[in-house]
Formats: sequence, C-alpha cells, structure tokens
Amino acid sequence: MAIVKNDSLIEQEWITVDAEGDLPSSDENIIVPLARFKEERDSLLGRNGGLGVELNPGDTPEDLAGDIDRLSIITVNFPAYTDGRGYSYGRVLRERMGFTGELRAVGDVLRDQILLMHRCGFDAYDLQVDGEVALDKVRAALKEMTVYYQPTGDGRATAQSLRERRRAALEQKAS
Amino acid sequence: MYRYDDFDRQLVLERTEQFREQVKRRLAGDITEEQFRPLRLMNGVYLQLHAYMLRVAVPYGTLRADQLRQLGMIARVYDKGYGHFTTRQNIQYNWPKLDEIPDALLDLAKVEMHAIQTSGNCIRNTTTDQYAGAAADEIEDPRPYCELIRQWSTFHPEFTYLPRKFKIAVTGSPNDRAAVKVHDIGLRMHQNEAGETGFEVLVGGGLGRTPFVGKTIRDFIGKNDLFSYLEAILRVYNRFGRRDNKYKARIKILVHEEGIDKIRELVEEEWSQIKDGSLRVDDAEIAHYIEQFAPPAFEALSDDDADFERHKAENRRFANWVRSNVIEHKQPGYAIANVSLKPIGGIPGDATDTQMELVADLSEKYSFGDVRVTHEQNLVLPHVKKADLFAVWSELDKADLGTANLGYVTDIISCPGLDYCALATARSIPLSQRISERFGDLDRQHDIGELKIKISGCINACGHHHVGHIGILGLDKRGKEFYQITLGGDASQDASIGKIAGAGFSEAEVVDAIESLVTKYIDIRDGGERFIDTYRRVGMDPFKEVLYGDR
Repeated sequence: MAIVKNDSLIEQEWITVDAEGDLPSSDENIIVPLARFKEERDSLLGRNGGLGVELNPGDTPEDLAGDIDRLSIITVNFPAYTDGRGYSYGRVLRERMGFTGELRAVGDVLRDQILLMHRCGFDAYDLQVDGEVALDKVRAALKEMTVYYQPTGDGRATAQSLRERRRAALEQKAS
Repeated sequence: MYRYDDFDRQLVLERTEQFREQVKRRLAGDITEEQFRPLRLMNGVYLQLHAYMLRVAVPYGTLRADQLRQLGMIARVYDKGYGHFTTRQNIQYNWPKLDEIPDALLDLAKVEMHAIQTSGNCIRNTTTDQYAGAAADEIEDPRPYCELIRQWSTFHPEFTYLPRKFKIAVTGSPNDRAAVKVHDIGLRMHQNEAGETGFEVLVGGGLGRTPFVGKTIRDFIGKNDLFSYLEAILRVYNRFGRRDNKYKARIKILVHEEGIDKIRELVEEEWSQIKDGSLRVDDAEIAHYIEQFAPPAFEALSDDDADFERHKAENRRFANWVRSNVIEHKQPGYAIANVSLKPIGGIPGDATDTQMELVADLSEKYSFGDVRVTHEQNLVLPHVKKADLFAVWSELDKADLGTANLGYVTDIISCPGLDYCALATARSIPLSQRISERFGDLDRQHDIGELKIKISGCINACGHHHVGHIGILGLDKRGKEFYQITLGGDASQDASIGKIAGAGFSEAEVVDAIESLVTKYIDIRDGGERFIDTYRRVGMDPFKEVLYGDR
C-alpha cells in the first residue's frame, strides 16, 4: 500500500504481471516473475519500458547473472515473514552479482524485519500500511540497533572493524 | 573470561529497549499475538502451560560469580525462588510476568547477559565442553571460538528466519562432553597432518522425532576459515532447507534426503565464493579472543595434598563425592569440582536462589569466580585447589548441593515435561524423582557405575532420551501416560541413537522395568564394563527378555 525507499515514500511506477496473460503496452514499466523472464527473455528485453524481475522463495537468483545490469528493479517476495529465503537472495544479488538497481521487499513485509532486510541489501519496502505510517515504521526500525557483528554488503561498520580501528589508534598514540 | 566491551553492552541494551517497545506494542494491541510470537521467542519468552517462561542464554555454559548471583536474584524477584538449568546449558524461569520481563532483561544486561536467540528459528546458544580451559585432555580451549560464533550468530540478518532452529556445539577435547554429534553443526578440534589445530565439521546431527548422528562434511577447517565455512553451511540451509513441514525442516533432514555428498558439494561451492571475504578471521584477532580466556593465575602446587588425602580417609561421604564428582584438572594441585543438581528424589537441574548465590560465593572464594553449566544439568566449579575441596564440599553439602552421583544412575537428564511444558505428552520430573529414589543408595550406585538415564516428556526429545544409555520417552495413550524405553544411546564421541526395546510401560510399571534392566546388566557384565559396554557386547535380546519375557 505504501513503498518506502531512501527515507521517503515513492510512487508505484511498476506493473507487476503474472506468469501468463497479456503484457501491457511496450512503454509501461513491468515486473515479471523469474520463470517468465527466463522463457520470454528476448522479447522482454526488447520492450521500450523498464524491466524488473520478481523472485519467489525457491527461485535461483543466479539465473539472472547474465542480465543483472539490464534490470532496473528486482522484487523479492516474502509470502510469509517467517520464510527467510529472501534474505539470502538479497545478499547474493548485491554482494555476489553486483546488482545496483532497486531491491524491493514485497509481500508480508513487517516493521520488525526491515532492519534485517536492509542489512541484506534491500533498499525499498512495500508495506501493507498507509503512507506516513509506513515511513514512520521504516525510520523507527532502521535506527533501533546501532551495533552490528556481521559484515554484509550494507556498508555498516561492524563492531570488529571499529574495535580494530580503535586498537590501531591507541597503538599509534602509544608509539 | 570474556568481558563485554562497549559495543557488546550497547547491543544488548538496544535489544532490551527494542523488546520493551515490542511488549508495549503487544500490550497495546498494535501487533497480534501471531506477529508478536517470533519477536518474543527470539528474546527467549515462551508461552507455556501455566505461564510465560523466560529462557536465559548462558553462552557456552560459562558464568561469572556476579552473573550467577544475578540469576539467583532474578529467580527471587521475578520468579518463585528457583530456576531450571537446561540441556542447552541455559537457565529457564517458569513464572515470570510478561510486563516484568523487560525489567528482568535489563537486570541481565547489567551483568552482560541476555535471552537473545534462546528460541525461534535462528542460530541458538552455542554450547561446549563444561570443562573448557580446565580439562586435562583438552587440545585447546574452545571458548574463544564459541565467543566468536556467538557474535557472528547474534542478530545475523540473513539467518534469523531459518527453516527451523539451529544449534552449534564445539568440543576442544577428543572426549566429547558436548554431544557435538547430535547438533545441527558439531565442531571437533583436532590437528591436521601439518600440525595445525582446526576443526572437523559435522553436520546434520540431532534428536527430536527423527534422530541422526551428524556426518562429517569436512575433516578439517582452519581457524581463520571457520566463520566463512559456517556461513556457507547456513546459507545452503537457509536456501534449500525444507519449509513445507516443520517436522522436516531441520538441516538433518536436508542432509538425510540429499545425502552428505550433495550437501558438501553445495557448501564447498558456496564457500569457495566467500572464503576470502570479510569473514576470514586473522590470527591477531583470534589471539585477542584467546587472551580473553587466558587461564587464571594458578599457583604452582604439588599435585598431592596431604590435607585432602586425610579428609578423604576420615570422611567417607567426602571421599565418595571426590570419587564421583571431582575430575582431573590440567593444572597440578587443582581439580574440577562438579556440583550435582540431582539430589536424590529432587528435580533434575533445578536450583534455588540461595543455592545459586552460594555457588557464586564459593566460586569467588575457591574457583577464580568461574562457574559452568553442563548439558547434563549440573554446575561446575572448574578450578578448585585440591586443598580446598573439603571446604567446598562441606559448604555444598549443607545446601543440599553435595550429592555424590555424577555420571551415576541418579544423575538423570530430564526435560520439564507435562508439569510445565505446552508440548509435553507425559510428565518427566516425577518419574525421574522416583527412579532417583529407587536407586538412591550410594553403594548400589557405585556398584552399577556409569549409567546415563535420560527422560523426555515428548517426542521432541529435549531430555535427550535417544542418547541415554537407557532412554525414556513419555507418551500419551488414550489419555494415560506411558513410557517407551530405548537402550544403547550414547552422546559421546562414540555417539549412537538408542533402539526402542518394545512396547511402552505404564507409569506404575516403568521404574520396575528400569530396575530389571539394571539387575540384568549386573548379572551379565564382564569386569569393568559399563552398562553401555555390556549392551554393545550382548545386544538387545537379553534386556528385552527381562522386560517382556515371553510377551
């Protein structure tokens, strides 16, 4: 109902199409399921509008390896918040495959999972609440914790890296 | 022992505040119980039969005196004056009130403790050898690696919604006291041919309704590479573990269905892509953690102490306690003293607030402020001078903590069972109490020797019955409790899953059934054989016969 990206509400500019059925006109921006992308790759890439892919649990993000730079957006569906496969997909897409477009979490996206998603490379969240409420939730979730033990691709400094930096500074001071 | 720095402290405080907000949102009705459940579970809060239950993590079973004292305080202030030490080296409180739990967590945070990830489908508390840093047979102290695993696994953003819970155990000794072969991942320290110390990695062990002994996925992983390797296993599990059926969601099922070779292939492929990344831990960092677990300031002592020998000669009860509960230490003149939480007829693993405070005091006075929790639900004072053992035992004995039964038939592992647990199908505690009373005579226990009885009140096997020399599983048959007996289980380096002896026994019959097994063992054992050795030699049939005769 409301999409939050980079600390602001954004408009839904994408039409999500299903596995079959007609595509909208060539100028429209569309998001297609991975299976359809694989089947109709060439014609989809030949369209005028923007192209995105939707990943569902059980999909193999590596299937997009050759086309990752052609995609403006990848949505990862969390059909239930308890299904955590999408976190791995996020990290693989960002950290291994170098995806730089929008990585949007869709489905059962709740406040208490947003920080984890952000740490796994997501930068947009489609929440089932109204605009300002969604924005508040994302803001609150992202500032709840400030210490991180795991290195991921999100660029946050880990506790370990900060410890090392501090130790190095102390050693420099001592010498 | 590891001390939090400001980062660790900040993280736990932030978590405590976060949970306080979540409780507030729940109490205000902003989130449903269904949405709240995983949040409370990941903070150790269960909803049991009669009340909420709070499970507090004791990372790798290591406690400082001030921490144990605080656990006693929490038992008194937030509970009914006792706590229950579990097979996961944790402690559970059975009667906290939901609106008070954030305060209890804040009190825990003050002594660098928490209840993070003691439940939920995430990486749980890492467990290890309770004698780490003290045992004479140890290759290396496993705790520095356990602490690194604790940090790596705490709030891991990718692995917080796994298919199912995930447990890692580590042993630094060839004599496995941490049951690593029945964990999702077991790590066994050993040396490779080049003389480097690293880990054998086992995967897919576990108990529950489908027990498996773990399989070796890698014979050796170096210390620097351990964390990227763990991450590779977890990523493969998170992506490919089954999510269609919660009873088939543990990694043991994935390993069983796909085969260890296929899983190894996937993990190695994944690992090859991340092994040179930022999870590689360099020697300097490892050294930093080893330093944190440096041995305490042992005195240079002779290994013989005349007073200790005299007390043993003069006091038979003390001598008995030494015989069963005191274990060789790596440092001459010191010993490892086990504090039994299995008084005859008592509730296995329970300790009162004052008992916790006493053990905390004794550890400060006699054991460098160091206390351990064992997966067999006892406590340990790991570094006691032999010269002090008599004083320690005398104090313990006065508080009903001096029971001389470690490893004996009355040192029973038992889950809380139907007295507390929402999942249980039968009671376990009253049965363990009756068995304990039946075999309470110490001379008889000595005669029987090492015999591990483990009782679970349901198929989930929290009482480890699959790996009891004698295992007992409580079930429900048309509204009546009955108990199934398994024989030949073992959690050690020779791990094996027990076999079901036959039809179950009623509550009235089961203690007699256990006694008949013990009597049979005594009749047919060869000199020096433990129950498990005899069972392995003669097999199930002779025992089956005494249980069922011609039935």
